[in-house]
Amino acid sequence: MDDLTQLTVTEMRRRLDSGETTAQDLARAHLDRIRSLDEQVNAFVTVCEEEALHRSDEAQERIKKGEGGALTGIPIALKDNIITRGIRTTCASRILETYVPPYSATVAQRLDDAGAVLVGKTNLDEFAMGTSTEFSAFFPTKNPWDLERVPGGSSGGSAAAVAARMAPVALGSDTGGSIRQPAALCGVVGFKPTYGRVSRFGLVAFSSSLDQIGPFARSVEDATLLFEAIYGPDPKDATTVDAPYDPALARGGELKGVRIGCPKEMFSEAVDSDVRAIVLEARERLAAAGATIEEFSAPIIEHGVSTYYIIAPAEASSNLARYDGVRYGLRICADSPNEMMKATRAQGFGKEVIERILIGTYVLSSGYYDAFYATAHRARTLMRDEMRRAFQEYDLVLAPTSPTVAFRIGEKAGDPLALKLADFCTIPANMGNFPAINLNCGFSGGLPVGLQLVADSYRDDYLLGMARAVERLLSVEPKAAPLKADG
Amino acid sequence: MAISREELRKLAELARLNLSDEEISAIESDLNRVLQHFEQLQQLQLHDVPLTPHSVDSTNVFRNDERDAAPEGLSREEALDQAPEVRSGLFLVPSIME
Repeated sequence: MDDLTQLTVTEMRRRLDSGETTAQDLARAHLDRIRSLDEQVNAFVTVCEEEALHRSDEAQERIKKGEGGALTGIPIALKDNIITRGIRTTCASRILETYVPPYSATVAQRLDDAGAVLVGKTNLDEFAMGTSTEFSAFFPTKNPWDLERVPGGSSGGSAAAVAARMAPVALGSDTGGSIRQPAALCGVVGFKPTYGRVSRFGLVAFSSSLDQIGPFARSVEDATLLFEAIYGPDPKDATTVDAPYDPALARGGELKGVRIGCPKEMFSEAVDSDVRAIVLEARERLAAAGATIEEFSAPIIEHGVSTYYIIAPAEASSNLARYDGVRYGLRICADSPNEMMKATRAQGFGKEVIERILIGTYVLSSGYYDAFYATAHRARTLMRDEMRRAFQEYDLVLAPTSPTVAFRIGEKAGDPLALKLADFCTIPANMGNFPAINLNCGFSGGLPVGLQLVADSYRDDYLLGMARAVERLLSVEPKAAPLKADG
Repeated sequence: MAISREELRKLAELARLNLSDEEISAIESDLNRVLQHFEQLQQLQLHDVPLTPHSVDSTNVFRNDERDAAPEGLSREEALDQAPEVRSGLFLVPSIME
């Protein structure tokens, strides 16, 4: 039998429905691969072997009765900030190291109802704060393309798991680029939907006005299938929207005549020259296929990082107030409730999380509120408006996803500001609330380079359709990283 | 605009973080570098620009005020299940009175 972990979700579906393979075969193939490779990659915080085998039995029953849907029997992985009833959910933090949630996130529940088979929970920067997965309190995840390099972050575990074929698809969360950037660094598809498309109920809150859940996959088609299983309004999340979505549009896409805008600020000297050259080459091929390419300037983009690193820590400082050692999670005992909370939080949170809580507390404190927090929200308005103006001229915005390829583990860990500055290509889509997707567009020194496409708000269907056309044009085959055990 | 060590101690107290002097001084330089970067925002002309505190324009999303419309909650056992300390069906914390 050929290697089941190589297949796309569509091909798995075909084989499941025709009886050529079973849900148990798929679950076992992926669990075996995790067992043999994850010692090298460290993508998973928790592997759900027993649950996965049990769930694959149930899925196979459904398929046999002809009651299966698009994802019934398909293995998936979830970032470990998406809570799962009865399965430990840690956020890669000591403060939640032993936490077993009493309910599931809406996305986890929808995938469960669809019959998808959860194989494990993936590593992340603690509470999704970081861009390299080095800030996990447990261990850093390695990039499957080069085990000495980071997979990106914060959803580095999900990106690495999909790149190493330990799961065909996975979910992550994106607050300032945490799906797209690791997807770029691991050479997979990563899609951040428009905010409001996907319920955040049960996503451990980091920055509530920006967090959005989305899929990782090895093809746009697979990412689309996973997205379609999770999107849509949810009474448990009042910020979800019921905007139209056309599945046919997500499967179409014709490059001829499409107007594409490229913000000069995202092709600046701040982008590594090799990365820029590879993205520009891809852009040339889109032009040759009949797309109109134009450059435009949106100077506000230069202020994206500052804006983001005020708003997100402000919201985080408030969201993380709930970890007080009273109702769940770690408790360090002390004589008074106040001392107990202070000791619990100081020992339970890592340095990056503590720094962001302090920044957030600072920018929200009276005297600084206007200078920082209100200013950042005004800048956010400008950013959204400048991008909206661009979408009156262009159907899509194209840019690099990350200014560099994957860097070495430890190379930037001592310089938190440098890590933050590298987010400037991904942050505007979160600030303006636009859907955005990463596609692999080539390699530099054997490491994947990512191309980012952004569309106007709620045009998720259009974006997915165009991404599929671009993927076809660039003939980016679903790739898997070459790991040693593959021989 | 720089945070002094004293200010940082006060912030840590507000955020309920028990930090040692060494931890405070390690954080101080990181934080001030980030804050310095924020200052570039002051160059923008923003006086007339409204704030966008949220991505979605909708306001006041209500469900019907009916018992059946409320999502199902957790049982007492489920709610207490992950608590570090429990007594008589309640969360237990250190004594709050002398």
